[in-house]
Amino acid sequence: MKKSIIKLENVWKVYQMGNVEVNALQGLSLDVKEGEFLAIMGPSGSGKSTAVNMIGCLDVPTKGRILLDGHDISKLSESELAQVRGKKIGFIFQQFNLIPTLTALENVALPIVFQSVGRETRIKKSTELLNIVELGDRMHHKPAELSGGQQQRVAIARSLANDPEVILADEPTGNLDSKTGEIVMKFLQNLNRKEGKTIITVTHDSNVARHADRIEFLKDGKVIKSLNNRKGD
Amino acid sequence: MHRDHFVYSVRNLKNRGLRSWLTMIGIFIGIAAVVSLIGLGEGLRVAIMSQFGFLGPDVLGVQAAGLAFAGPPGTGVVDPLADDLAEKIKNVNGVKAAFNRYLESGTLEFNDKRGIGIAASVPEGENKKIFETMVNLKAEEGRLLKDSDSRKVVLGNDFKKGETFGKAIKPGDRVLVNGISFEVVGILEKKGSFIFDSIVLMNEQTMFDVIGTNKAQVNVIAVKVEDAGRIGEVKEGIEKLLRKERNVKKGEENFQVNSPQQTLEALSSTLFAVQLFVYIIAAISLAVGGIGIMNTMYTSVLERTKEIGIMKSIGARNSAIFTIFFVESGLLGMVGGIIGVILGLSFAFGLSAVGRAVLGSELIQASISPFLIIGALLFSFALGTVFGVLPAYRASKLNPVDSLRSAK
Repeated sequence: MKKSIIKLENVWKVYQMGNVEVNALQGLSLDVKEGEFLAIMGPSGSGKSTAVNMIGCLDVPTKGRILLDGHDISKLSESELAQVRGKKIGFIFQQFNLIPTLTALENVALPIVFQSVGRETRIKKSTELLNIVELGDRMHHKPAELSGGQQQRVAIARSLANDPEVILADEPTGNLDSKTGEIVMKFLQNLNRKEGKTIITVTHDSNVARHADRIEFLKDGKVIKSLNNRKGD
Repeated sequence: MHRDHFVYSVRNLKNRGLRSWLTMIGIFIGIAAVVSLIGLGEGLRVAIMSQFGFLGPDVLGVQAAGLAFAGPPGTGVVDPLADDLAEKIKNVNGVKAAFNRYLESGTLEFNDKRGIGIAASVPEGENKKIFETMVNLKAEEGRLLKDSDSRKVVLGNDFKKGETFGKAIKPGDRVLVNGISFEVVGILEKKGSFIFDSIVLMNEQTMFDVIGTNKAQVNVIAVKVEDAGRIGEVKEGIEKLLRKERNVKKGEENFQVNSPQQTLEALSSTLFAVQLFVYIIAAISLAVGGIGIMNTMYTSVLERTKEIGIMKSIGARNSAIFTIFFVESGLLGMVGGIIGVILGLSFAFGLSAVGRAVLGSELIQASISPFLIIGALLFSFALGTVFGVLPAYRASKLNPVDSLRSAK
C-alpha cells in the first residue's frame, strides 16, 4: 500500500458573498497516494477549483484538515504556505500563466529563484527541463512568441523546476486544440509513469480524465462518485 | 537572490518605458530645481562674500547717504563727508584708526584700447600700513605704492588677463588714467572680488594733484576699531558724533556707518531666506513627484495582480513580492534623481557660463558641493522607497487565489 501524499479530511470552505454564505466545499474528503494520477471532474460550481486551491496550498479551509506528506497545512501562515507551494507543488494552469516579460528559460527558472538557489544551478536545471519538454531551441523566446502548446510545455517545465512531489494541473488542455492537448497530456502521463510524479488534474474533459488512474466526481462540494481507471487493476 | 529581484524590477521598469519616464519627470524636475537653484544661490553667496569678505570683523565704513545713480560708493551724494571728519572719528572711544578714502571713476587706456574703471586712493603716512593690512593688500608682481610715488599706480589682478586691453599689463608698463600717463608699479594678488580685482590704486596726493579729485569731498571713511567685540558700541559712538557734526536728528541720518561683515551677514540671511523658499518649492515639487511614483506603483500592482498571483503560486513569499515592488519604486526615484542631478548641474553651469559670456558678471556662478549631489541622490532614492512602501505592501498582501482569478 502506497503512502498518502495528500489527504483532505472533511474539508469545508465557506465564502461570504455579501449576506449570503456560499459553501464551496461541504465536507470533501480525498486521499491521494504517492505516484498516483488523479483526475477530479465535475460540472461548474461543483467546487473543483476550490478543491485545487486547497490541495495547492493557495487557500486554507474554513473547517477540516489538509495533510501534505502527513503535515497539517490548514494552519500555516501565508509565508509558510508559499514555502510549501514552492518546494512540494508544481502548478499548471489553463491559461498557462507564464510571466510575459520573461523568456521561457527565465520563466522555468523563476520558482528556483524564490528558493534562493544560485544562478548556475538554476540555468542548468531549467535548460534540462526545457529539453525534456522538447523546447530546447525556444529557450530565449518570450511567451508571446510561442504557440499555446509550447507555452503549456514551458509551464510544465516550470512546474517541475523545484522537483515537487505533486503536479497540480487545472484544466491543462482547456486552452488548447485537441491535438496539442493530447501532446500535453502525454507529457503529463510520462511524468507520472516514468518519473513517478503524483499528478492531480482538474477537468471537465473526459479525454483528459481518461489518462488518469482514478477519477473522482464532485458535485456540491463533495465527492459523489469514484472511478478506478487503471487498466489491469 | 536579491540580485534577481533587482533584475526583475529593472526589466519591469523597462517594459513600461514611457510610463516609467513620465513618472520620473516629476522627480527629476524637482531634483534639478534643487540642485541648480541651490548651486546658483550658493555661488551667489560665495561671489558676494568674496567681494567684501576679506575685510575683517573690526572694520567700519562711513558713507554719506543719498542717491548715487552711477559711480563708486559715496560719489554724487548731496552732502558729502567733510575731510576733517576722519580726525574727529579717530577720537571716538574704541577707534584705532580712521582715514579718508577717495574713489573716482574714469577711463583707463592701454595698448590703444580704452576701458572704464574705478580709481581708489591709498592713504599716506601711518594709515598706509593700516589700510594695507585692513584689506590684506599684497603685490603679486612688482610692488605696492610708496608715499613718494607720484603718477604711479598699482592695478587689480584682472588686468593681468588682458581681456579688456588685448594684452596683459605688467609692472613697468604705462597706462593712461583719464588721459594722464601713469606708470604701473605693481599688480595685486587675486582677491576674487570683481571690484578689487579691477581697481586702480594711486596715492591720495596723486589723486588730488593729478586727477583733480576734490579733497573736501570724502567718499568713504574707513574705520578700524580696537576690539571687534565692541564694534556695535563704536558704531553708535560714530553715529552720535556724525549726527552732531552734520546737525541731524536721530532717525533722519544722511549718512551710514556699516560694518562690511554685518552687511554680509544681513545679505547672507536674505539669501538664505531665498534659498529656503526655493527648498520649499522644490520640496512641493518632489512631494508631487513622489505621489506620482506612488500612483504609478499602485497602477502597476493592479496591472500585475495576476503576475503576483502566479509568482505566489510558484513559491514567492510575501517578502519577495514586496522587495520586487519596493526596488522598482526606489529605482524610479533614484534614476529620476540621477537625471535630475545631471540636468541641474548642466543648468547651473550653463547659466553661469552664459552669465560670464553675455553679462560679464561673476555673480552668476555655480558652486555645487559633493554633499548637495549625494544628498539629492539619497533623497530621491528615499523618496521613491517611501512612496513605494504602500503599493509594495499591498502587492505583497494580495491573496493568491483572487490574484490568479483576475482578468489580466
